[in-house]
Amino acid sequence: MLIQEQSRPGRRAAAQAPLYSAEVSDIPVSARRAAPLVLPEVSELQAVRHYTRLSQKNFSIDTHFYPLGSCTMKYNPRACNTLAMLPGFLARHPAAPDSHGQGLLACLFELQEMLKEVTGMHAVSLAPSAGAQGEFAGVAMIRAYHRARNDSARTEILVPDAAHGTNPASAVMCGFVAREIPTGSNGDVDIAALREAVGPQTAGIMLTNPSTVGVFDRNIVEIAGIVHAAGGLLYYDGANLNAILGKVRPGDMGFDVIHMNLHKTFSTPHGGGGPGAGPVGVSKRLEPFLPVPLVVQDGDDYRWVSEHERPQSIGRLTAFGGNMGILLRAYVYARMLGREGMKRVSEFSTLNANYLMTRLKAAGFDAAYPQRRASHEFIITMKREARDLGVNAMDFAKRLLDYGFHAPTTYFPLLVPECLLIEPTETETKEELDDFVAALIAIREEARTNPELVKGAPHTMPVRRLDDVRAARQLDLAWRSSANCT
Amino acid sequence: MSAVHADLHYTKTHEWVKVHGDGTATVGITDHAQEALGDIVFVETPEVGRQVDAGDGCAVVESVKAASDIYTPLAGEVVEVNAALADTPELINQSAYGDGWIFTLRVADPGAVSGLLDAAGYQAVLDAEV
Repeated sequence: MLIQEQSRPGRRAAAQAPLYSAEVSDIPVSARRAAPLVLPEVSELQAVRHYTRLSQKNFSIDTHFYPLGSCTMKYNPRACNTLAMLPGFLARHPAAPDSHGQGLLACLFELQEMLKEVTGMHAVSLAPSAGAQGEFAGVAMIRAYHRARNDSARTEILVPDAAHGTNPASAVMCGFVAREIPTGSNGDVDIAALREAVGPQTAGIMLTNPSTVGVFDRNIVEIAGIVHAAGGLLYYDGANLNAILGKVRPGDMGFDVIHMNLHKTFSTPHGGGGPGAGPVGVSKRLEPFLPVPLVVQDGDDYRWVSEHERPQSIGRLTAFGGNMGILLRAYVYARMLGREGMKRVSEFSTLNANYLMTRLKAAGFDAAYPQRRASHEFIITMKREARDLGVNAMDFAKRLLDYGFHAPTTYFPLLVPECLLIEPTETETKEELDDFVAALIAIREEARTNPELVKGAPHTMPVRRLDDVRAARQLDLAWRSSANCT
Repeated sequence: MSAVHADLHYTKTHEWVKVHGDGTATVGITDHAQEALGDIVFVETPEVGRQVDAGDGCAVVESVKAASDIYTPLAGEVVEVNAALADTPELINQSAYGDGWIFTLRVADPGAVSGLLDAAGYQAVLDAEV
């Protein structure tokens, strides 16, 4: 039941009600609301129960193993939350002068420096407030770079079909045409097709490495050479940075621009469309175009740098300096890990993924790229199970929920049929991984003996199998009050 | 097993085209394509009057799994689109080669159809994918 449906006129939580009403006489009458806002009128206890119950329906990293491939659902250490919520951070007004926020600016500056070092880039801006915004900023910088050189013929961005799904969208958002490059059967970019595709129209290439098929492209240096020789730039999508953190640096691979998803690799909370952070790092030639504001160090002081000092900047992406609470959590996380700890992140995330893949292969499941070592994630394909048992990847995924596991990513990437993209992350124990393998084996046995049980799953969740076709065809996005809402 | 019709021409990207006697041709996606995509929930058709080159992305088919560009197998001018898909995109699932057609072209070069796959050639593409 929605909280609106529990509403009764006049019922209220007296202790929570505001003590006075704001004065609105300075707002023109034409801009004032005639009828009161439709808010639920409930008691304090009703509100507490409603939201506590909702929170208990959550399937979250705090309650369950969450191997959602390409999303890096690792544990979010509580220390990061606690420290990011220190009163000095929480109570600071974003328009306060730099002199009143030296602690915050020091943290942001150090975060910029740590991200620079771990990615091998020349400079970093923390401004983008989500991965998608980071991608937008990165491609906008590529565009600004070519424009600054009066090279207007570069209209194409190359995107391998194993790239992260948002890449072509970001390219188009920045006015480019996205051109797809196929992946070879071994999971690496098809070099011959790449050579054929590059030319004076090439603005750049957007690569995810390791890619969404869960393997590290071994030809990355050659790819960088081909694209650079054609006059294009290389964009690194940081979606899978967790696999290489502290081990290999995108800057050393030849990338000119990178975005990082702090909510993935640097363990800030994500999901539900909540705040993200997508800092961008660049090579020296792209530095003038970085989004503002940036934090710089002047002697012992830190200060914001704005567009006045960076006339070539692509500009601002948000009103202030990005998602502070998220940046601070990432800062604490990075400080707790240190340089050695970052290496251990990638070592254990790839170890866990390879352990899981090896056990699933031994149990008779089909890896999509069996001859390749997994990165921090890998794909199994349920093509055989779908054909022989009539139970597909989605059915397996739904049944996993009944076993107490969040489903892996399903049907992505699109180039592998009936796929599950599995990313265990470094924060799971071996016992948890073993239980997950046992669950998949048990579900396959159910698919043999009682396929309807699997096809009807989940059976134990607050909501059963959703009709996603009807949901997409008949959009129903708003709750409407029967009386007051028009 | 996906159906392949003998009287149509095909592309490797799973479009079909039916050439009519009057210089027009109708385009849709194959039975294999609709099966791979799953339940179709939205179709964006091209504008009537648009000039297209062979290989241009000129429609989008969205299913519960993915949104996919549809590439025109032949160059020409779009003369008609299947308006019924706006409210009933599932026609593509129900009848990929019939009521689920997407658009009709006035073909620029009728000879170009010989460069497309015939039914046997398309069947070979499908066999290679399995």
